[in-house]
This record gives sequence, C-alpha cells and structure tokens, in this order.
Amino acid sequence: MEDQNKMEEFQAKIDAGIKIEPKDWMPEKYRQTLVRQMSQHAHSEVIGMQPEGNWLTRAPSLRAKKILMAKIQDEGGHGLYLYCAAETLGVSRDKFIEWLHEGKAKYASVFNYPSPTWADMGAIGWLVDGAAIVNQVSLQRTSYGPYSRAMVKICKEESFHQRQGYEIMANLAKGTKEQKEMAQGALNRWWWPSLMMFGPHDSDSANTKDSMTWGIKLETNDDLRQQFIDKTIPQIELIGLKIPDEKAELQENGSYKTSEIDWDEFWNVIKGNGPCNAQRLKHHIKAHEEGAWVREAALAYGAKNN
Amino acid sequence: MSKDNQGPIWEVFVQSKPGKPFRHVGAVHAYDKEMAMENARDLYTRRSEGTAIWLVKADDIVASQPEDNGAFFDPANDKAYRHPTFYVMPEGAKNI
Repeated sequence: MEDQNKMEEFQAKIDAGIKIEPKDWMPEKYRQTLVRQMSQHAHSEVIGMQPEGNWLTRAPSLRAKKILMAKIQDEGGHGLYLYCAAETLGVSRDKFIEWLHEGKAKYASVFNYPSPTWADMGAIGWLVDGAAIVNQVSLQRTSYGPYSRAMVKICKEESFHQRQGYEIMANLAKGTKEQKEMAQGALNRWWWPSLMMFGPHDSDSANTKDSMTWGIKLETNDDLRQQFIDKTIPQIELIGLKIPDEKAELQENGSYKTSEIDWDEFWNVIKGNGPCNAQRLKHHIKAHEEGAWVREAALAYGAKNN
Repeated sequence: MSKDNQGPIWEVFVQSKPGKPFRHVGAVHAYDKEMAMENARDLYTRRSEGTAIWLVKADDIVASQPEDNGAFFDPANDKAYRHPTFYVMPEGAKNI
C-alpha cells in the first residue's frame, strides 16, 4: 500500500492549488489516469488531422487551402506538445503509439465521423474545436504542471481554428440555397457528436470522481457540455441556421435545455463501430510503418554525427 | 512494433525577444542537433514566439530532487537579514 503520509501531503498540495511536477511523488492511480487521459488527448489531435486532410487538395480557394494547412499543422503540433508532456510520466513516445495501434489507447470518438462536404471543414472548426476549447480552457488549471502548460499553449492557438470554421459556415449560410443546405447538413451531422465529446453524464462517468479529487479535471462533463451549448446556440441563430434539436429551448436562467443525447450511438462509436474507426486507425498504422525507414536512417545518421 | 526509435528528447528554451530570459517551452524528439533545431523552430515558433532558441539534451540536465527539498533549500530559510524589509529605517527616511 502507498504511504498514507505521502498521500495526505499529495492531497494537501492539490487542495492548495500547488501543481504536481514530474519528479514529485504521486499516487500510482493519478499517474495512470494522466497517462491515459494525456495520451488520448495527444492521439485525438493527431487523428483529428485526417478528416481535414480529406479536403486539403479540394479546398475551394488558395486562401482556404493555406488556412486548412496551417490548422492541420497546428493539430500535429498540439499532438506533439501533449506527447512531450505525457512522456514526463515515464512512458516513451513509441509506447504511446504502440498502445494506440493495439487499440489499448483511445482517441476522441468524434473523429470517427466522415467529412463528406466542404461545409464539414466549417463545422469541425466551429463545433469540434469549439467543444475542445471549452474543455481545454478548463484544463489549463489541471493539477499536473506539464499538462497545464501544454494546455495554455494549445488554448492560445485554438481560437483561430474555431473562428476560421465559423467563417466558413457563415459564408455558406449567406450563399446560394445549395450552400446554405450544405452548411445546415454539416451542422446536423456534427452537432450531436460535438455534444458527445464531453463524455457520458457525470453519473455514468467512471473517472470523474477521482479526477476531480485530484484536480486533473476541474469541471464535470455535464457542466462543460452546458457551457458549450449556451455559447453555440446563439452562434447558430446568428448565421440563420436551424438548431438540430427541435426541443432546444432557452430557460429562464439563460441556459438552454436540449434533448437527451443518443447514448447508444455514443457507446457504439467508442466500442469501435463508428463510420470511420477502422479507416482512421488503419491510416495511422500505415503512415507510421511507411515512415519506419526514415526513423531508422535518421537514427543511424544521428549516431554517426553526435 | 518497432523498438524505441523516435530519437532522444531535447528540451527547448525560447527567448521571446532580445533582453528577455530564455523560457522552457517543451521538448522535441530529434536524432541530431540540426534536426532538433529545425523541429523546435517548427513546433514552438510557428507564430513568431521567439527570436532565439536553446536546446539541451534531456539526458544532460542535472536536476534537484523534490524529496530532498526540505534539507536542500533549508539554508535560505533562517536568513531574514538577506531581505531589505529586515532593516529598521529611521522615521522620515525617504528614497531608500
């Protein structure tokens, strides 16, 4: 059993808002929770490049293409910030990738949905990055120092992602009838998956209690989801699109009440049965394996020169 | 699955502009100095965050151990006379 005194000292630090740094003593379960959460977060950034990569060669203008390239590069960068932060917990980069490929580590389920139209690039930036921002702003205060610092950097960069997405949607929404329909279609496709990004209800979330006690999470799934809903619905209305939820209504407290999420779909996609689960992972494995010779050559070159 | 072949970790320090201290911003993997420098530039200065970069191989860093903190930093705790507030100034003294 872990030393009770150390445990109490650890909790006292958390409660006093003192960050935990890599060499500090920490309960094994705290370390494991961070390894799981941070690697999942890193994998999500990297896998998230795929639905957007789908439109890179078909972006409607040079401006749009440059923006999309910059956004995808940022996502890769965010993945690297997070892998570096996660590696401070004593797990190597290769191990994280191995666990992803073996299906032991997950990534955000939202990236298992396809991006069939250009409007999906708008909806992803606006809604998926928008939901990620709500979560990440909260995580800037997380108790593990390296994770917190990575979140601060990421939040500085995410705002451009959401704004470029909303700009795409706003332009389509004031375009031709077909363009407006395309925007509405993408909103309809991404609305529910975005709400699902915050995870199950607090009552069904296995990890919430420990994570909150240890200051890894500062706000619950349901609270963060509600913040996102309340920010986003007025943005939907502003550009003249329809909320993809007929029961959504503004309550007296200024917050929106929405329909229940289809949790069967949520668990089904998590279990690997979403529209693109197999394709996303297969593509990552292929890219990693095809890059093996580069790593081997670079390793030999580095050994010779250092 | 391949062996651990992502290359060594290099810690990255960026100076935001001349005159400012170098700040630790994160790390990169790279196989040699040149690649480490290019990776650090691409990863940590995409938005003109810096005018200079320092790289240190993570293995070369010597760090204090948190479990020794009490004894290690103890000599600083009982020397209040190292702080200006320790001293009593005469009533009415100005600009000191």
